[in-house]
Amino acid sequence: MESTRREFLGSTGAALVLGFTLPLQSGRGLAAAPVSAAPFAPNAWLRIGADHQVTVICGSAEMGQGVLTAIPMMVAEELDADWRDVRVEQAPADQAYINPAFGIQATGGSSTVRGHWQVVRQAGAAARLMLVAAAAETWQTTPDRCRTEAGQVVHADGRRLRYGELVARAAKQPVPDKPALKDPKDFRLMGRPLKRLDSPDKVMGKAQYGLDVQVPGLLVAVMARAPLPGVKVRQVDDHAARAVKGVKQVISLPSGVAVLATGYWAAKTGRDALKIDWDFGDKAALSSTQISAALHDAAAQGMTGGAVARTAGTPDQVKPATLLDAVYEVPYLAHACMEPMNCTAWVREGEVEIWAGTQSQGPVQGILGQVASVQPGKVKVNTMMLGGGFGRRFAPDFVIDATLLSKISGAPVKLIFSREDDMAAGYFRPASVVQLRGGLDDKGRPVLLQAGVATPSIMAASGFMKLPPSGVDVQAVEGLADHVYDIPHQRMAYVRQEPGPQVWFWRSVGHSQNSFFLESFIDEMAHAAKQDPYAFRRSLLSGSPRHLGVLDLAAKRANWGTPLPAGRHRGIAVVQSFGTYVAEVAEVSVAADGTPKVHRVVAAVDCGQTVNPEIIRRQIEGAIVFGLSAALYGQISYQDGRVQQSNFHDYPVLRMSEMPVVEVHIVPSMEAPGGIGEPGTPPLAPAVANALFAATGRRLRKLPFDTQALKKA
Amino acid sequence: MINFQVNGHPVSLDADPDMPLLWALREDLQLTGTKFGCGQALCGACTVHVNGAAVRACRTPLSSVIGQQVTTIEGVGASHVGKAVQAAWVKVDVPQCGYCQPGQVMSACALLAHKKSPSAGDIDAAMSGNLCRCGTYAQIRAAIQDAAHVLAKGA
Repeated sequence: MESTRREFLGSTGAALVLGFTLPLQSGRGLAAAPVSAAPFAPNAWLRIGADHQVTVICGSAEMGQGVLTAIPMMVAEELDADWRDVRVEQAPADQAYINPAFGIQATGGSSTVRGHWQVVRQAGAAARLMLVAAAAETWQTTPDRCRTEAGQVVHADGRRLRYGELVARAAKQPVPDKPALKDPKDFRLMGRPLKRLDSPDKVMGKAQYGLDVQVPGLLVAVMARAPLPGVKVRQVDDHAARAVKGVKQVISLPSGVAVLATGYWAAKTGRDALKIDWDFGDKAALSSTQISAALHDAAAQGMTGGAVARTAGTPDQVKPATLLDAVYEVPYLAHACMEPMNCTAWVREGEVEIWAGTQSQGPVQGILGQVASVQPGKVKVNTMMLGGGFGRRFAPDFVIDATLLSKISGAPVKLIFSREDDMAAGYFRPASVVQLRGGLDDKGRPVLLQAGVATPSIMAASGFMKLPPSGVDVQAVEGLADHVYDIPHQRMAYVRQEPGPQVWFWRSVGHSQNSFFLESFIDEMAHAAKQDPYAFRRSLLSGSPRHLGVLDLAAKRANWGTPLPAGRHRGIAVVQSFGTYVAEVAEVSVAADGTPKVHRVVAAVDCGQTVNPEIIRRQIEGAIVFGLSAALYGQISYQDGRVQQSNFHDYPVLRMSEMPVVEVHIVPSMEAPGGIGEPGTPPLAPAVANALFAATGRRLRKLPFDTQALKKA
Repeated sequence: MINFQVNGHPVSLDADPDMPLLWALREDLQLTGTKFGCGQALCGACTVHVNGAAVRACRTPLSSVIGQQVTTIEGVGASHVGKAVQAAWVKVDVPQCGYCQPGQVMSACALLAHKKSPSAGDIDAAMSGNLCRCGTYAQIRAAIQDAAHVLAKGA
């Protein structure tokens, strides 16, 4: 995900990536901070008050992945702050907070820690040097006679000054240009399992999510939304809607019809009373059967045609002793964030203010400037807590519509998509069909791997990326075309298909399906070669020590190769995504009626240097749950142009009673940090599918798993 | 007027009696700790207590709580059990995105108020109506066991 965003921003990104040395703009939250003496605010990332409190300002959105703890840990480490004095607050949309990983202020692609790895630590280090200089000045000595520890500067003679006592003098010091960073052996905070800074408020019900925003005079909007892009309102009868007590306005937008009322219940009751005749155009008969057939045809074309994503050797000439052919398929998926999509927008004279849980703070600032015809600098973005993101909140749809509704109505508007509303007209992980061909030589060594990939293009749908001239959508083939297995002859090609539903980024993006395809198919090849799937992978990964490292660790901790209780079977998979290597071993059993149960998942992760190992373990565990929900249940299907699912009864997600035991083991590493929010998801589905094969001899090539196929004959 | 008690305080609302309790709490009383997740009693994010029993506020019409005692996440810490559960949640550091956690805490409190040392099966049964997309189930189990332990010691 990040590489393509970087590509898109290539020309402008460099100019924007100035990071922490940008001065603070006046008039934003920082200046209004309620402290008696002026705080020491050497850069956009932190300020220190006379009360010794260190406030770290986080430019990334918190959606559970822990940035409101990780960014403060990185700043506080180099600042040598006392962790007990550290608080965190959410940054406004501002160029100072652009993520160098992709040149925009946005949160996605598992990029917050790795993108800010240098810039926020330098911000802390610069502030520390200024505090040291201030103390040296106070003591009339030189900085080299001073050191720092936990929120204090310590003189060689033993005198001490707390940071809060130095703020006035520190503010007058020159800002160091390129402050040196600590040697990792001197870390006091990073690498420790510190508790999250945002937990207490979340437990007490005090955390403020987008949905919790209160503004005087607020109207709540609920919409009837077009079920597919291109579907239009032919006619609307809003008489009954307007008659609902509390309904104030009914407004038509390009995306549907909104009912604005004094509260949610009245708005929803009004919306439910709308009578809308939708013009489906050529999408009236759209069905999953139709979509699947088109994707199958396209995948077959990709075996010889299509946009070539990878070639090696002479795949059309090699004559393997054994050939394997398989077709894999996954459906559209909803993100199903616990917090329904929402945004509160207030368009005032010449300015816009929004309150939203958005992953896309920087881009929406620019977009809303256009929507409301104001300068981007006049768009104030208040990033609230996100009740789940998973990519869905990268989309600007709910933010744009809330702003349009405020502009038209003249009132502050909180737009809420109910669970059903979001699922009926969602932004979905694309459906995909991949045809695969593998070849083994007479010794069982793989010599050929061929893939035809058919799926819609997220790059084209994103609105901020373009398909490259090669025609290969990077997201469509990631996890497949970028694999590192040592196979001499290869061909992988992409055939774009656009059945109609809006497609979007979904936790781990292309890896979410392609890792299932590839890691299942590698397992098929291992079995065809009559080799152990773990040993088979090892033999093909000698060129990638980090793959091997996690594969070996997961296998070891899962006691791969040792007997299990009767009925239990193991499967293994290994994937690199977002710069992080993860191997997972799943232990499953299958009931007589075909119901699979995942008892245990052992994961090994190599994400390079770590900031907070406990957050890493929880992210991998959560990503496993996310992957398991999709593998067991996840499916958005279409009939007559409409999504057939609506809520958690027909779009189930994992419940506590189904939760496997999850173990996460972290490989110690001094490599650059990798991402952590997404990489735990891709290996889960293939690890489980491979275990189900071990259990039943049935190869499930489609998600969600068809339990009927697993039924004992 | 619809009269009931919220967190020990009397409230009186001029509202549609068919409106779910959830919206009265969130919009009329500005108690936004109780979350809207599905609107169909499928996810548990809106769990509150009515006379001590866990209910889904998104499907509880206001008319059904007239004269009743409603407790929300903002008030549950006033009870012995609520305090122990919230403390355990903080100690285990359960939340990720945190959106489902008020509902999880309320379900856990209702469980522990009635069952002092729940088995693993009791916990799964009581909590499986509360969804968490971030996958914090193992930590929720651990926090409930921790709270049960603390409550048992204190008793």
